[in-house]
Amino acid sequence: MLSVSNLSYSYTADQPPVFTELSMKIRRGEFISVAGASGCGKSTLFKIIAGLLEPSGGIVSLAGEPSPKAASRLGRVGYMPQQDLLLPWRTVEGNCLLPWELKQSGTKADAVQQIRSLLHSLGLSGTEAAYPHELSGGMRQRAALARTLSSGSELLLLDEPFGALDALTKRGLQQWLLELWSGLERTVLFITHDLEEALLLSDRIYMMHSGGGLEELAVRLPRPRSGEMIYQPQFIALRMELERRLHGNCAN
Amino acid sequence: MGTVQIKRLLTAYTPSVLLVLVLLAGWEAGVRYGRVPAFILPAPSAVWNAVIAQRELLFGLHLPATLEEILLGFALSVSCGTLLGTGMHLLPALAKAVYPLLIVSQTIPLIALSPVFIMWFGYTLGGKVAVVFLTAFFPVVVGTYDGLFKSGGQYRELLLTLGASRWQLLLKTQIPLALPAYFSGLKLSVVYCVIGATIGEWLGGSRGLGYYSRRMAGNLHSAELFAAVGLLSVLGILLFLCVSAAEIIILKKRGLRR
Repeated sequence: MLSVSNLSYSYTADQPPVFTELSMKIRRGEFISVAGASGCGKSTLFKIIAGLLEPSGGIVSLAGEPSPKAASRLGRVGYMPQQDLLLPWRTVEGNCLLPWELKQSGTKADAVQQIRSLLHSLGLSGTEAAYPHELSGGMRQRAALARTLSSGSELLLLDEPFGALDALTKRGLQQWLLELWSGLERTVLFITHDLEEALLLSDRIYMMHSGGGLEELAVRLPRPRSGEMIYQPQFIALRMELERRLHGNCAN
Repeated sequence: MGTVQIKRLLTAYTPSVLLVLVLLAGWEAGVRYGRVPAFILPAPSAVWNAVIAQRELLFGLHLPATLEEILLGFALSVSCGTLLGTGMHLLPALAKAVYPLLIVSQTIPLIALSPVFIMWFGYTLGGKVAVVFLTAFFPVVVGTYDGLFKSGGQYRELLLTLGASRWQLLLKTQIPLALPAYFSGLKLSVVYCVIGATIGEWLGGSRGLGYYSRRMAGNLHSAELFAAVGLLSVLGILLFLCVSAAEIIILKKRGLRR
């Protein structure tokens, strides 16, 4: 689905690079998390994959074909930034219709119907006509997620989508995301600070080190997974392992 | 709800209305008992009487003439200013080339330049509209350009990842986000239009409140002069309020103002 090889990036030529020699391979239908300390370039990596930034070196391939220009990836990857970025003058439904308006594929009635069912499964029924400022932070984040999903892209880049939510809401949304992901054949690349979240959701976790380099950890837990899993010894052992490896890094 | 609104308006405007009334009363008393000659400073009552006495000429001939120049000049300023501001936003090279010239155009003392305008466009409507345009288009250009320039870097990234074209970016996010700055420009512009029209009429012609006030000043008819100036000022306030009302309606509709 997505492969990144020897990617490097620096803001200007005379500054030290944010990362170098970054490589990862993501197969269709996988759920992958990227974890790492703040400022190590996770969001930058996402922006490069989405096509917003041109890397200083390396190759990004989407669906097997390498794209020489970053801009050629624009519109092919569903990208959800940290802030919800809902347009304040549009209703929730109007915001979710934005991807359809830009691409104009299919009829509007179909798009609206799809969005309604999406909002329903996100627990946002009844807010279609509400403006973003009328919603709570958690609801805004879910509406932004609905908009990203309604873009119909197969590969989703989610940059800490649940970072600002309370633990309870977060749990519910994680469960929902897992269900959606297993039902819809979507490939998800997910940034998070929450190691528990990363383990619960992912097939593999990439730990990103500041300055460059990725370390991979396969999460061999059975699916479907549920919230109670975090108390099982197998899960706790993995979590300790993950934490040890990340901390080992910081010490260096 | 009605009474609450009236109360709010009263608390907001009572101090300024009271001050105006006190000033008018002081002015009236000063002229009446201070023995200021009427051609130096007419009393407010004399100005009011002049408005009543000259109402046919003022409202039937001169006010419509000035209003026509203002509306034409404003329409021209808004359309050209919006186009130029948007063009400058879309083509950075154009902005670099034009912006300095725009600023220079505003540092030229307009009154000094206006006779040339009259020479080019004549004493007819065209010359006056040209002067109005020169005074009033600058705020529209700056409002449009700055509004678009400052609108939404993050929204831009999001829309780009959704595959938006440059035109869609402008239409879906940048124009709505630029509206508040744009309306600030329009409000300044419409007030400048009144000034521009007055200057244009001062330079020549046979109609308009500017022409009228100059003729009255020449004949030492101070009360009539003040009447025309007062009308011009009221006209400016009304036009400003019209643009403000349009702004409130449009921004409310777009959820940018609650």
